[in-house]
Amino acid sequence: MNLADFLFYVFAVITLVSAFFVVTFKNIIYSAYSLMLTFLGVAGIYVLLGADFIAIVQVIVYVGGILILILFGVMLTNKIQNVPIKTEASFIIPASITIGAFGGILVSTFINTRWKSMPAELANSTLSDVGHLLMNEYILIFELLGILLLVALVGAASIARKQ
Amino acid sequence: MIYEFLANLFGSDIIASFISGALPFVFVVPFALFAVWLERKVSAHMQDRLGPMRVGYHGWLQTVADILKLIQKEDITATDTDKKLFNIAPVLVFMGSYAAFAAIPFSSAYIGSGIDLGILYIVAVSGLVVAGILMAGWASNNKYSLYGAVRSAAQVVSYEIPTVIVILTVVVVVGSLNLTKITEFQTSRFWDWMIFGGSIAGIKKLILLPFMVIGFIIIYISSLAETNRTPFDIPEAESELVGGYHTEYSGMKFAMFFLAEYANMFAVSAIAATLFLGGYHSPFGYFGNLTGMIWLVPIEQFFWFTAKGIFFVFVQMWLRWTLPRLRVDQLMTLCWKYLIPIAFVNFLIVALIMVL
Repeated sequence: MNLADFLFYVFAVITLVSAFFVVTFKNIIYSAYSLMLTFLGVAGIYVLLGADFIAIVQVIVYVGGILILILFGVMLTNKIQNVPIKTEASFIIPASITIGAFGGILVSTFINTRWKSMPAELANSTLSDVGHLLMNEYILIFELLGILLLVALVGAASIARKQ
Repeated sequence: MIYEFLANLFGSDIIASFISGALPFVFVVPFALFAVWLERKVSAHMQDRLGPMRVGYHGWLQTVADILKLIQKEDITATDTDKKLFNIAPVLVFMGSYAAFAAIPFSSAYIGSGIDLGILYIVAVSGLVVAGILMAGWASNNKYSLYGAVRSAAQVVSYEIPTVIVILTVVVVVGSLNLTKITEFQTSRFWDWMIFGGSIAGIKKLILLPFMVIGFIIIYISSLAETNRTPFDIPEAESELVGGYHTEYSGMKFAMFFLAEYANMFAVSAIAATLFLGGYHSPFGYFGNLTGMIWLVPIEQFFWFTAKGIFFVFVQMWLRWTLPRLRVDQLMTLCWKYLIPIAFVNFLIVALIMVL
């Protein structure tokens, strides 16, 4: 077992176990922190796939941004502990049929797809490629997303200002 | 270099990476002990006192005695705290500060991971510290702790923006996010350091110089805020919030917060030094190169790097015992109305100079 295999299993276990806890914990704060571990585990798997830029952006955006926002929201909400969180099983038969069908599709895709297998190698940084693509081929989408974010920021500021 | 050496020595990647990952710990713990002592001495001398004098010469063993005391202390957990999160939080905060050390180049021979996205990675893991502080504040089940944690998180998240903009300024000049490359760009002559315009030839360097100084000042102010140091220490303002997010902690867990704080202080100082003051480079050539003893060069680099880091930690302490604390509104005003616009205009000007 080499280092990459070992790390893959570590990250896979972290991701799966914490994702399981996100849905089963009854305390919303526990779920939020489990979600943090899921994000970190997924970021680790991205690194192993050679996508270093997306891994780090995942940590910045999800752990540093969205998770902190969730925690702020939860902590500043009064009496959030008193809200009953439903975690019991309901609609067992339709749910199991849907999950079974969906799972079957996924598993059959896994088995039937002819995966391109490549020898594991130390991946080069994807940063400059991502930059070139964003600035050449996808420049329009990139700019549009920038404007969208700006609109969201201005909207948030104007909502906050009214009070 | 050290990683390959370890991998050869043990014949296993896994053991080598574990040891290589634990190496900064060997640096961080003695540094924290030294820095706590230094802080007490600096504060004492600023206030015309002597500070700790009894344990060892000028009290230098005081913090070792303190840590021995803290280890023996009873681990108190108040009744209504959230036990699990309460115990995890100090570790998470330390993990966030420690993770940054993985990408800091201590010398040309030792860097935990020379990834191409080094500086971006450091920005990313600092988010973990915020999550840990929020966890500590929430789990303590104490309104002062929660206030401290929320203030701290708001502060760190706000001050990350000017920091990142200044980092971008440097990245635009160097053309890489790799901290080793940023360091190598600034050669071992101090006039080639980034704060003096970097190793760029001609008139461009002179035009760049004032903007680089502005960038350095901004990143230093915002790194003070990110480590919750005075004048930005409202998260743990004693007169309002008791001890902030670590009010309820005692014994070794309290010590973990302190360790994390001092590790973080060194990390931000090291980043400021790497980006603007030549990183591990000596200001005037190497003694090892001069005498032909090449093996001496990495050791000299390590010396210069720690010297720069400790100097900035000293400046942080100096400021702490000189300046009064800012109010919450002043703190946010400084960040959003002054630092961010100045940093942004500065960034645009530097980018323009580099394009021309």
